[in-house]
Amino acid sequence: MLCQECGNKPATLHFTKIVNGEKTEFHICESCAREKGEMLPGTSGGFSIHSLLSGLMDFEKSGPSSSIGPKPQTLRCEDCGLTYTQFSKIGRFGCSSCYRYFAGRLDPLFKRVHGNTVHVGKIPKRSGGEIQDRRELDRLKQELHQRIEMEEFEDAASLRDRIRELERKLTDA
Amino acid sequence: MEKRRFAQDALSEWMRNEGPDSEIVISSRIRVARNLKHQPFPMLATNQQSREVMEQLTAVAKHDKLQDLGSFESFDLSELNELEKKVLVEKHLISPNLANDSRGGAVVLSATESISIMINEEDHLRIQCLYPGFQIREAWATAGRIDDLFEQEVDYAFDERKGYLTSCPTNVGTGIRASVMMHLPALVLTQQINRILSAITQVGLAVRGLYGEGSEAVGNLFQISNQITLGQSEEEIIDNLHSVARQIIEHEKAARERLLAESRVRVEDRVRRSYGILSHASIMDSKEAAQRLSDVRLGIDLELIQNLSPQVMNELMVLTQPGFLQQVFDERLNAEQRDIRRAELIRRYLSPKT
Repeated sequence: MLCQECGNKPATLHFTKIVNGEKTEFHICESCAREKGEMLPGTSGGFSIHSLLSGLMDFEKSGPSSSIGPKPQTLRCEDCGLTYTQFSKIGRFGCSSCYRYFAGRLDPLFKRVHGNTVHVGKIPKRSGGEIQDRRELDRLKQELHQRIEMEEFEDAASLRDRIRELERKLTDA
Repeated sequence: MEKRRFAQDALSEWMRNEGPDSEIVISSRIRVARNLKHQPFPMLATNQQSREVMEQLTAVAKHDKLQDLGSFESFDLSELNELEKKVLVEKHLISPNLANDSRGGAVVLSATESISIMINEEDHLRIQCLYPGFQIREAWATAGRIDDLFEQEVDYAFDERKGYLTSCPTNVGTGIRASVMMHLPALVLTQQINRILSAITQVGLAVRGLYGEGSEAVGNLFQISNQITLGQSEEEIIDNLHSVARQIIEHEKAARERLLAESRVRVEDRVRRSYGILSHASIMDSKEAAQRLSDVRLGIDLELIQNLSPQVMNELMVLTQPGFLQQVFDERLNAEQRDIRRAELIRRYLSPKT
């Protein structure tokens, strides 16, 4: 495929731009990309994942949900001092507390980036013991429901005992 | 001094072994991002805080249990010169970000260079495991073990609903990036590659070229990695990548067979021309080198070229990068001089040993 700008060199950069659901594709060569200012990813001062992210967040600001919660302009992480406005520009958090202070506005971003908003993977073994127990408890309760519905009462009884045991452990902690 | 060795050998010890499916999958990599709970992320840390993080994490790296996985050595990035950093980047042992922009940056390398632990990159801790061939699950097993060892000693920034908290929202959750580096010359030659790559991006995976973040694949090498880190477990992420990579392997194999069956002489001609040019040229830019090395590598895999090991190709791929050339010839080189030296080096490697 040839570059759609100069028509001379082979197109090596392929962009898909989606604005308000309208998809536009670009196929251009490196030198035209440089000229157009669409700098190559990874080169200094150029286009980066972070500027892409801030694009996503700008998009969010114009959305209808922006009236809920504190105004993004005044939102600030009390631990590291990063403001939400700064975060949406650089696309990076300043510390782990940012996740808490900006919590109300982050899910739409996570949804767009990952398609999900809740972690289901690994849990730290040492510090995450309680979280692990709680996850296990949820799982056991679900299974208990299933067993009861399938009238497998013997299995259900032993599940119930394990649930009680876990619940005791969690309230003691 | 050990530092010399890390910066001088182009082929990491771990690359000397042939992994499964190594005629298509060059390497498998896992990178795990972690942060400490009570310290600001590197971007906002003061110099003092960066130093504390570095000292705390390098101390953990000296732990006995880590030594069970091999012998490790740590390097303060500020003690490395520009060329040494460049070389480590070209070997994929550190990221360009750690080399150029970090404060209080350090790297802990295993003797085989299979494990690289970066400190104060974008996140406090980045654990990277590289395996030869198609061994993404093995790489995760090792990275997971190292992650557990660190977690025994330090408090991670972790949230029940958001998982491991990272500086960049694209890494939050599991914090893992799993990737395989694939050599796909036959899919490129038969012009099936674009169709396949666009299919890959539709199942939540990303594709990029070998060196740097640029989208152009140099030498028919493609790195395929997961994009999603939140809402999928590590096993799901790895299984997804594994099954997609497995399908691409099968497509590439089929394409190679078809090439041999339908246009054997043409492929043979292409491979031999590239071999001839590499063996005799006086000027070789990096792009041409990558393409011709890819041709020769294909020739070796298809048994059209004998007496050359695939490892030589892997080694030359790294050796012909700008930083390495300057290291090998021990002089600063401009672009034109590099092209001359590159050709010289390749000729030396490919000339029949007498």
